[in-house]
Amino acid sequence: MYELTNVVKTYKSKRGPVTAMDDVTVSIADGDMVSIQGPTGGGKSTLLQMLGGLDRPTSGTVELDGERIDKLGDLALADVRAHKIGFVFQNYNLIPTLTAQENVETALVPLGLPESERREKALAALASVQLADRATHLPGELSGGQQQRVAIARAIVKEPAVILADEPTGNLDEATRDEIITVLENLWREKGITLVIVTHDSQVARRAKTHLRIEAGKVSVTKK
Amino acid sequence: MFFKYLWRELAKRRKQTTLIASGLAVAIALVVVVAGVSDGIKQAQSQALSGLYGIGTDLTISKTQSFTPGQGGQRFQFGASGGTTTSSKQTFNRSRLEVARGSATLTQAQVDKVAATSGVATAVATLKLNATTFNGTLPTFGFNRGGQSSQSGQGSQSGQQGGNAFVPPTTSPSTAASPTASPSASASSTTSASTAPSGGFDGKGGSSFSITSFSVEGVSTSVTKVGPLTAATLTSGRLFTAADASKNVTVLDASYAKTNSLKVGKTVTMGGTRFTVIGIVQSSSASATTPSNAYIPIKIAQTLSGSTSAYTTVYVAATSSDVIDSTKSALQKTLGSTVTVSSESDLAANVSGSLATSSNLINQMGSWLALLVLLAAFATSILFTTSGVNRRVREFGTLKAIGWRSRRIVVQVMGESLVTGILGGVLGLALGVGAIAIINAVGPTLSASVSSGNFFGGPGGFGGQAMQSGQQSGSGGPGFGGPGGFQQQASNAMNIVLHSSVQPWMVGAAIGFAIIGGLLAGIFGGLRAARLSPAQALRSLA
Repeated sequence: MYELTNVVKTYKSKRGPVTAMDDVTVSIADGDMVSIQGPTGGGKSTLLQMLGGLDRPTSGTVELDGERIDKLGDLALADVRAHKIGFVFQNYNLIPTLTAQENVETALVPLGLPESERREKALAALASVQLADRATHLPGELSGGQQQRVAIARAIVKEPAVILADEPTGNLDEATRDEIITVLENLWREKGITLVIVTHDSQVARRAKTHLRIEAGKVSVTKK
Repeated sequence: MFFKYLWRELAKRRKQTTLIASGLAVAIALVVVVAGVSDGIKQAQSQALSGLYGIGTDLTISKTQSFTPGQGGQRFQFGASGGTTTSSKQTFNRSRLEVARGSATLTQAQVDKVAATSGVATAVATLKLNATTFNGTLPTFGFNRGGQSSQSGQGSQSGQQGGNAFVPPTTSPSTAASPTASPSASASSTTSASTAPSGGFDGKGGSSFSITSFSVEGVSTSVTKVGPLTAATLTSGRLFTAADASKNVTVLDASYAKTNSLKVGKTVTMGGTRFTVIGIVQSSSASATTPSNAYIPIKIAQTLSGSTSAYTTVYVAATSSDVIDSTKSALQKTLGSTVTVSSESDLAANVSGSLATSSNLINQMGSWLALLVLLAAFATSILFTTSGVNRRVREFGTLKAIGWRSRRIVVQVMGESLVTGILGGVLGLALGVGAIAIINAVGPTLSASVSSGNFFGGPGGFGGQAMQSGQQSGSGGPGFGGPGGFQQQASNAMNIVLHSSVQPWMVGAAIGFAIIGGLLAGIFGGLRAARLSPAQALRSLA
């Protein structure tokens, strides 16, 4: 699935350049469930953004299914994200003025599907996360766990090749955390998608097959 | 999804949407009011000018005034049998119809050129005259009326044996026309000039003179679509027909008729000729008069004034409003620099009074104020929209992350701004129309005074003045100061109720400004959204 080779990412700051990723070479296999852990500011989110095509490396290469996504233009990258990559964010990042169903539909808008098909798929995705009965609720009317499930539904509705989750349980209590991770795990098992989770939580990390630890820009890999 | 997202966002940010729309609404309302009032003032100016130049007149043509130095004033000369003599007095009466001295006339050839000029739909020429009547009463002087005149000095009549000449001297009356009999002058007179006059208007040797004057305009009896009478309303009798072309008939201005107790059927003497009153006309403005006191057929005017084939003014209607300027240029080129061709905008400079003040106020201050307020509204709209985009960084970053292209997000932002702008435009139009309705309900009255600025002859003027001099011992005939010439100034003073209107183009302009405002805000906001890096957007919220 992913091949990162000698990836370096440096940011400019007032105090001088900051290296978030320092010569990282790592592979992520198709259908794998990967956790990424490390201290705050160690480069976890940067790595995730590289995988998601949200950012480009300063040097090195990032391949997704053999395609150099670090070389793609903005439009092409947007298309890759639209078709192949699903995101789940720590703060859910739902559009507050759209209902749960409409939020899920936003992931299908770039695919140009007719409205009826979008609606149908969105409802099916919500059903798969046991939220079909909340389809017409606004995010403000849902609990944290429910909002995160809507976000997961949004991520899976386009049947992506990979889901990138950035601290998906970071704002949730223990019970809800387990619930969400179970949802993600079940989807991984059922649909065979590649799942990459950035997490502080060891309980969450434990569930993954492959562990990446990134610290001071360096990555170490542990496989179960 | 586009409209759903748009309406939900505008509804959610109701305060911001209302603020931006209100700002635009106020600005657009101001633009509509300024445009409406400006239009109303233009209509008022047209109304003021139409009172003088008639409705349908796009251009007026007159010959540039000239004044010959030393030309002196009007003269009324009477021969020996020029008046009526009784034992105690002599009375004189002279009525004259003439183009005042120093005025310039256009020829038939020039009028024909005007009619033949491209862009001219109708051209009608008139002749503006002055009807002056001199009435005088002299005492008996004891002149040997068969002998020489004892009157000497400047301004004395020449060549008239035994006549009485009442010539207004061009210098001070005290130095002129005071007959000082020279010993040789009246040798044959048995009653010398030293005999004090007797009789006269007061029986004691006094003299009395009066000069009345009123304006007369010779008009076409066949072309009625253009000309000074088009803005007048017939209040009794009838207007001219083609059959009146050679008749001594007249149409009077209502104010003049009332002042002189004239009505349809009565007669008026002009230039020694009796005219029958066939109609009375009233100016379109109740507080104003028509341009002239009396109107007569043009041919009669020319004949009586000795100005055959002469005209003082040509009124022109253009084929369309689009060609007025080009027609004006063509006419000026054809007729030369001695002729003045004026359009309504040129004549607008002749309008004075609160109408002119309001016009300046609206055109200068009003227009600038509306522009400034509009720019401020645009700037506010842009600032609020950009600020709104900044607050939605996470939202737009997320949409980009899940595959939305920048273009789609820009269109979303622009759509929201455009709708806000249109809301402001509709509200502004409603406010503006309401304000204009209030202005019309209040109906402010503006005063307007319009002058055509035609001055004939020398300075000063008479209007029915009666001059009387008492007995002058040791002197002969009366002397009276003689300001030269008559002043003929076509003028019209009136009060006009301001009526503003909303023209279709104002509605279009209001919506247009609203759309521009919305688009500008959307462009700036959209550019901000397009430049958002999803990574930075998401990172900034971590």
